[in-house]
Amino acid sequence: MSTAMKTAGFSSSRRLLLWSGIVALCAWVIVPIYLVAIGALGGRTGVYQWPKTGLPTGLSIEPFLLFLKTEGVVQSFLNSLGAAGITVTLSILLGAPAGYALARYTFPGKDGYRLLVLLTRAFPLAILALPLTVSFIRLGLYDTIVGVGLIHTVLALPFAALVTQGIFLGVPRELEEAAWVFGCTRIQAFFKVVVPLALPGIVATAVFAFVISWNEVFAASVLTVRNRTLTAYLLTVLSESPMHYRFAGGLLLILPSVIFIFAVRRYLFAIWGISSK
Amino acid sequence: MTNDRPWLPYALILPSVAFLALLFVVPLVQTVWLALSENGAPSLANIRTMAGDINFARSVQNTFLLALAVIPVQIAIALAMGTLVSKIGAGRETILWIWTIPLGISDLAAGMVWLAILQNTGYLNSLLFGLGLIERQTAWLTYQTPVALFIGIAIAEIWRGTAIVMVIIVAGLNQVPKEFREAAEVFGAGPWTRFWRITLPLIRPALQSALILRTVLAFEVFAVVYALGGRNFPVLVGEAYAWQNQNQNYGVAAAYAVLIMVISLAATLVYLKIVKVDPERLP
Repeated sequence: MSTAMKTAGFSSSRRLLLWSGIVALCAWVIVPIYLVAIGALGGRTGVYQWPKTGLPTGLSIEPFLLFLKTEGVVQSFLNSLGAAGITVTLSILLGAPAGYALARYTFPGKDGYRLLVLLTRAFPLAILALPLTVSFIRLGLYDTIVGVGLIHTVLALPFAALVTQGIFLGVPRELEEAAWVFGCTRIQAFFKVVVPLALPGIVATAVFAFVISWNEVFAASVLTVRNRTLTAYLLTVLSESPMHYRFAGGLLLILPSVIFIFAVRRYLFAIWGISSK
Repeated sequence: MTNDRPWLPYALILPSVAFLALLFVVPLVQTVWLALSENGAPSLANIRTMAGDINFARSVQNTFLLALAVIPVQIAIALAMGTLVSKIGAGRETILWIWTIPLGISDLAAGMVWLAILQNTGYLNSLLFGLGLIERQTAWLTYQTPVALFIGIAIAEIWRGTAIVMVIIVAGLNQVPKEFREAAEVFGAGPWTRFWRITLPLIRPALQSALILRTVLAFEVFAVVYALGGRNFPVLVGEAYAWQNQNQNYGVAAAYAVLIMVISLAATLVYLKIVKVDPERLP
């Protein structure tokens, strides 16, 4: 009896510790976003309020709407979405097959390819944008969203290949071979056996590709003049913007990603849940 | 795997090879040439200008210290998150969703978020004032407070960059069959032993991916530094940016780029050697 109670007490104190850790880590993520949102909605008076309470007082959507009405903000937001869309599509279409080849086959030149992929990732994209400027002007890609999407794909594609390789390595090849034995063609086996198991990882890869493009500042600013992405636009106006405009810009950069990750969460976590059972 | 079609892997990698050849190898060669030439002839002038610059040593030091401070903390937090979340049932999806939010946050936005907290009339000062620890608004992000600025940038980087590591590690942890840990438990291994002897070796591929990804990103840190401290805290990419945009000297900027590439490449090779992945031993 007393042993059972002791065990129960021990396990409940462990659960308390577990949940305080979880709550602390959640607060660590959420509180800063909450604070910048207050900064974005508090306007000029909010910025100079001292000392701050951290409570949502004196908030209004007006300062944020005023920021959105600033010339160039909405257009640069749409440009960022377009560039990210191109990046996601290209990097998955080109990267996932390569990741599969790396995971499943041994072939001469494999190490060379891996090195190429790693080398790509080991180089700052920012500088590559410079020599590309000249070629892009010649090809009519300079100052276009397609041009930005292409160079963002250079950055996202190696991730896509590396991450999908890890994902395909985690799908037991015996399952695929079993499908062949039961009469599936290679392509059927791939789409019926491998893809369902690899899907959460491939979605995660697409999230990475989106995020890489959405986050990228330098190449976007080098390769565009009028068709700026949101990050390039904000970087150009950063030093002359008042504080509450910077916070509004930060919030505008954050909002789509929160929505985006919320939209794919079931897709990501449903299969993560199954695989952890 | 039986390979009766030897051309298949080549067909799978060909599109990406062609893409990278055009948009990576060509500009890469151009950049290296730009760094190691002057007026069309091979020269080390750009390297000398870079090494002789007043901000060079500081930017190298700052970038390395930042990487050393940030990466181990991110890996540790990500492993802690993975371990914590594996112990709960209900609420697991919501918690994972909250932890993945910074995954979509731009480094520029992260800089602005922490600017709201660390600026003179910000929340940190308000909190410290409320606790009676400071008497007036204190500046944390100037060149006169390099340690505070360093800590501020490191915290912003840890806050933003941990989610990427966490997703990769949780995905890796999910692929470890529960039977492995249960078997270890049956044979009397404690939680600490199970973590070090069973879980950690089995998530090596995930760990390797996460380490390579984070280290290369750490040496490219720029926008978060720029948003928080401007040029008060010189880092390598920031210097390359300044040489390109302000000084219009593409040669020296390319020299910085080559230096960053060499460092990142060396780090990647070290991880490939140290964290070996043996495909035959994976679950």
